[in-house]
Amino acid sequence: MNKKEKDIPLQDTSLHSENEPMTKEQYWKKNISCVLILLSVWFIVSYGCGILFVETLNQIKIGGAGFGFWMAQQGSIYVFVALIFIYVRLMNKLENQYAASHSNHNETLTDGEENS
Amino acid sequence: MDVKTWTYLIVGFTFALYIGIAIWSRAKSTKEFYVAGGNISPLSNGMATAADWMSAASFLSMAGIIAFSGYGGSVFLMGWTGGYVLLAFLVAPYLRKYGKFTVPEFIGERFYSKTARLVAVLCLILVSVTYVIGQMRGVGIAFSRFLETDITTGLLVGMGIVFFYAVLGGMKGITYTQIAQYVVLIFAFTVPAIFISLELTGNPIPQLGLIGDYKEDGTPLLQKLDTVITDLGFGQYTSAVMGSKLNMFAFTLSLMIGTAGLPHVIIRFFTVKKVSDARLSAGWALVFIAILYTTAPAVAAMARLNFTKTVQTDKVGEVSGNIEITKLPDWFDKWENTGLLKYEDKNGDGRIQYYNDSNKEFSDVAAGYGWKGNEMVKIDNDIMVLANPEIADLPGWVIALVVAGGLAAALSTAAGLLLAISSSVSHDLLKGIVMPNISDRQELNAGRASMIGAIALAGYLGINPPDFAAGTVAMAFGLAASSIFPVLIMGIFMKKINREGAIAGMVAGIGVTLLYVFQHHGVMFIASTSYLGDMQENWFFGITPKAFGAVGAIVNFVVAYIVSKVTKETPKEVQELVDDIRLPKLDEA
Repeated sequence: MNKKEKDIPLQDTSLHSENEPMTKEQYWKKNISCVLILLSVWFIVSYGCGILFVETLNQIKIGGAGFGFWMAQQGSIYVFVALIFIYVRLMNKLENQYAASHSNHNETLTDGEENS
Repeated sequence: MDVKTWTYLIVGFTFALYIGIAIWSRAKSTKEFYVAGGNISPLSNGMATAADWMSAASFLSMAGIIAFSGYGGSVFLMGWTGGYVLLAFLVAPYLRKYGKFTVPEFIGERFYSKTARLVAVLCLILVSVTYVIGQMRGVGIAFSRFLETDITTGLLVGMGIVFFYAVLGGMKGITYTQIAQYVVLIFAFTVPAIFISLELTGNPIPQLGLIGDYKEDGTPLLQKLDTVITDLGFGQYTSAVMGSKLNMFAFTLSLMIGTAGLPHVIIRFFTVKKVSDARLSAGWALVFIAILYTTAPAVAAMARLNFTKTVQTDKVGEVSGNIEITKLPDWFDKWENTGLLKYEDKNGDGRIQYYNDSNKEFSDVAAGYGWKGNEMVKIDNDIMVLANPEIADLPGWVIALVVAGGLAAALSTAAGLLLAISSSVSHDLLKGIVMPNISDRQELNAGRASMIGAIALAGYLGINPPDFAAGTVAMAFGLAASSIFPVLIMGIFMKKINREGAIAGMVAGIGVTLLYVFQHHGVMFIASTSYLGDMQENWFFGITPKAFGAVGAIVNFVVAYIVSKVTKETPKEVQELVDDIRLPKLDEA
């Protein structure tokens, strides 16, 4: 997810007009970098905060609990939930961008909906 | 009304509900039988996935395991939720885009090989059967404890219910019953948690109670818990590590990638309409799972404190600090009858001493008090959830609700597993390999027949558990982590991995994991055949057999990569298939 992507408002409607052609490779690269960034957060909150640096973080208190302990038993789970919803939004946006640059007049995307 | 009447009433009501759903949602085609017609909404699928996923182990045992392992128990919390992030990012959307019915089907086509499909079917059956035995056993035990039937009768009733909606409705029936089962189980888990949190911390939200203050003296709850248990020679709750940090790391990783490789969870994502719905329903699934998973650690800490203070009522070392046996609360005796709790008055003083007698230093101190060993000789993990309503003095219907919740958790998971097994038999083995020319109608009947077979097998193994049943659930994760997850990831993200690589990788991954488990726990868990023994010195870098799936997965990746390097490249049309599943589908209209 680069800077430019972040700046684009999340409403789908604004995307179709200002698109530039996006190749398969560009789409896939963006998808991978988005996943890698989100997975690094996933790694930091669980393995990092919850296991590797737990003692250090326990110096900080959140209510009556050490922050490291809290991350291991509560915080990481909340972050996981948030990560998936962020991913859903980013991917929907990316798919729409891709679709918009690949259909000439029909700019709607069915997202892989089956026609069976 | 007494507890037993309430239990019959509530369990009876939920069972009637499941049967009603079964009759209403009969499957008419293979598409309905395997993927519920493919038009379940993301929210409904998320809820069904949550029930599919949360088993008797999550509902009954997890809070208890955390209660007695403290911080170390976090591996289950992070591992069993973090896997959904992997599912949403790396697996579910792509397999949904592929758009077929089973996981081995994808593996067979991506690696252009019936052998690969067959190996995947075998891995799937091994994983799912080990998993389902535990669920069936859970159903039988829940019945026998609460309704005083014997385990076999309970198990047969459970099988009958699953038979009804899984055979008639396939995935369609299972989906709608799982939604109902989620509602039952989450209500059953949170209601007692709210009351116990109110009682201990004055905060009705358990997640906040966990970081709140203990009502009686205003110190933080966790600090209080640490003090109370370390005073009795136990390790500190908030810092007790499970094994070593490396072991916790490997264990968490095994559980995460195992979760993302469990076929019965993956096939749930085939039931939604489109790829974006698959991603969204993974998010909803985790929301519904997180409600239970963030409540469980609160229940764990509170129940541990409550339990310890029930026995150690006052200052450690003073005679009056330990409860007199005649003054034990009613629930104590009741649970002793079920065998989940057991005490022995070793020093004959008419009071109970509960402390860590394997802590040498504290044992010596305790001996000075006239204590002759820990007198709480058995505390089953499950007691922490089961006895909660009674510890919090809740009415009989809440206790009955917990029973119905435990049954819902076990039945919903069992049904999902049975579907994964039967669809891989009827769709992958029969239609895919043995008799490719059968009609949809015949395949539907074959699906029903293999479902009946799978239920009978699971029931039989539940009644006569084989030796390996002991290791079941954690074992299933290790196997899924080392076989199915890596092959899916390579199938989607690494075009260079070919048929030979995938097959060699799966065999090597599951092989090395099984070998490691067997050498420490015995071949098929028959202890006498273990030649290394289950002891720390013999563990590979201190990694326990349960945590070894992560290592198996690495072996799988490495072997697949090397073998692919030296064998023929992936054919062009398969590379195109991979390209296709990576891209969003454009509207052709």
